[in-house]
Amino acid sequence: MNAPTYNFAYLDEQTKRMIRRAILKAIAIPGYQVPFASREMPMPYGWGTGGVQVTAAILGPQDVLKVIDQGSDDTTNAISIRKFFAKTAGVETTTSTDAATVIQTRHRIPEAPLRAGQVLVYQVPIPEPLRFLEPRETETRRMHALAEYGLMHVKLYEDIARFGHIATSYAYPVKVNARYVMDPSPTPKFDNPKMDNCPALQLFGAGREKRIYAIPPYTSVVSLDFEDHPFTRYKFDAPCALCGAEDSYLDEIVTDDKGSRMFVCSDTDYCEGRQAAGHRGVESAAPHKEAVHG
Amino acid sequence: MAETTMAEMTGASDQPLLVAEGLTKSYGRLAACRDVSFVLYPGEVLAIVGESGSGKSTLLQMLSAQLAPSGGRVSYRMRDGELRDLAQLGEAERRFLFRTDWGYVHQDPAQGLRMAVSAGANVGERLMAVGWNNYGRIRQTASSWLERVEIDTARIDDAPRTYSGGMRQRLQIARNLVTEPRLVFMDEPTGGLDVSVQARLLDLMRSLVNELGLAAIVVTHDLAVARLLSHRVMVMKEGRVIETGLTDQVLDDPREPYTQLLVSSILPP
Ligand SMILES: Nc1ncnc2c1ncn2[C@@H]1O[C@H](COP(=O)(O)OP(=O)(O)OP(=O)(O)O)[C@@H](O)[C@H]1O
Ligand SMILES: [Mg+2]
Ligand SMILES: [Zn+2]
Repeated sequence: MNAPTYNFAYLDEQTKRMIRRAILKAIAIPGYQVPFASREMPMPYGWGTGGVQVTAAILGPQDVLKVIDQGSDDTTNAISIRKFFAKTAGVETTTSTDAATVIQTRHRIPEAPLRAGQVLVYQVPIPEPLRFLEPRETETRRMHALAEYGLMHVKLYEDIARFGHIATSYAYPVKVNARYVMDPSPTPKFDNPKMDNCPALQLFGAGREKRIYAIPPYTSVVSLDFEDHPFTRYKFDAPCALCGAEDSYLDEIVTDDKGSRMFVCSDTDYCEGRQAAGHRGVESAAPHKEAVHG
Repeated sequence: MAETTMAEMTGASDQPLLVAEGLTKSYGRLAACRDVSFVLYPGEVLAIVGESGSGKSTLLQMLSAQLAPSGGRVSYRMRDGELRDLAQLGEAERRFLFRTDWGYVHQDPAQGLRMAVSAGANVGERLMAVGWNNYGRIRQTASSWLERVEIDTARIDDAPRTYSGGMRQRLQIARNLVTEPRLVFMDEPTGGLDVSVQARLLDLMRSLVNELGLAAIVVTHDLAVARLLSHRVMVMKEGRVIETGLTDQVLDDPREPYTQLLVSSILPP
């Protein structure tokens, strides 16, 4: 059987150059959505074709790639993308945040601090934070151009009016470099503070919507709020049932068919690392609810 | 934001707020608006009347910088006292003017409101747009404006799509007035409302305009609206202003046959 001949990382060099130009522009204008000619990828849109194209454009033979989906290295989506690049680029892959040079992610930022030289690539379904209240693309573009962001606060106002607090907990809007309002996309707001002044380069790719945006290393990223309803990262009431971590983002998992549940780190690499280092949780179901931090 | 007091009004009223010079708009061979010139002073309410198709809305859109004239120009006295040609304003300045110093009340409230967000957020939006960042204060201000336009404050969290036509129109007014504009444009503000609802809205508009010392340009084909709200009337026909003067004079003693026709057909003796 003949192995199909791919260009390195699947995309042809011209396409990669085009995507790199968009990435460079995105880095030069932090938080600004740069249009790009998104290509068809051999996977459906919901699988993060925007992120995959960004990864393909920046990957070099020496890179070590990690792919996570909801914090886990082991979902079908994460495994497929990892295999895709192992096959088309022949790069080394890893599940270790520390060992990776490029991390493609959907929904989470790893718990382990990122360092300079690493690149975090986000898969983005809806890049436009103003879309919720202003469906007209011409109008949202003008609002960004003129930094007219009152509408973002209208959304937060509605939250407080309805729920008594800012209930938005995913895709919580941020202002990048004191200029552009950006949608971090489906990451939980728990991760927002990690984007601020981060030593790693953060790139966002939206395939269906054909947009790329970026947060260069060490850039200010501020979550929008009101002075009397400040942004809060939530904290879980109980530590991780497996590793005892008290500062990580937890997922609820069902452990048997009688409905027993427990709460464990969503970042599987982080959790396994802690367990390997001897940390232990109670391995029992723990109720959780959102509580306000400090 | 400066409150317009009577003293300021009288002090400033020798200085025009808005100046229109030779405004013309053509659509191909059709001249929708021809050579319209006038001056509006602070606190003055001008009604533009005329039959359907006479160019009222076209004129209003040019005056409010939403439509570029084919000829002529509009100048506006900014809050810093400088008279500026609207065509020379940058887009950011123009939009800022539009959501701070001006109001625009549409005939169809769905065009002037966000129908899916709460009344409180509809009123608060302009405040948030100019940087208000305290939820409690925004809500408090929105609530007091709802009271001023006679909307039950218990409805503050309801979306205007659950409101009646008259309530929507009053909400639109509150949404516009919250930044204390000096000039409000209105295009058929009472159109499509029941007569009794119209009367209440007109009463409210009249007292707000008086209290706030607002200048307003009101387009209407209803001479009763002009009579109740305006100090001055401009009568339009086929894109031209054919008669203009103090409201009572024009409506009680019209000179032009066309105006006489308008007055007799709409205001029965
Ligand atoms: N965008 C346009 N393209 C072509 N013609 C237009 C356009 N807008 C308005 N017109 C024409 O210009 C004339 C004036 O229209 P305008 O809407 O200003 O009248 P109006 O006095 O507001 O009428 P109404 O009372 O029915 O609202 C009409 O003949 C109209 O058909
Ligand atoms: Mg009209
Ligand atoms: Zn854990």
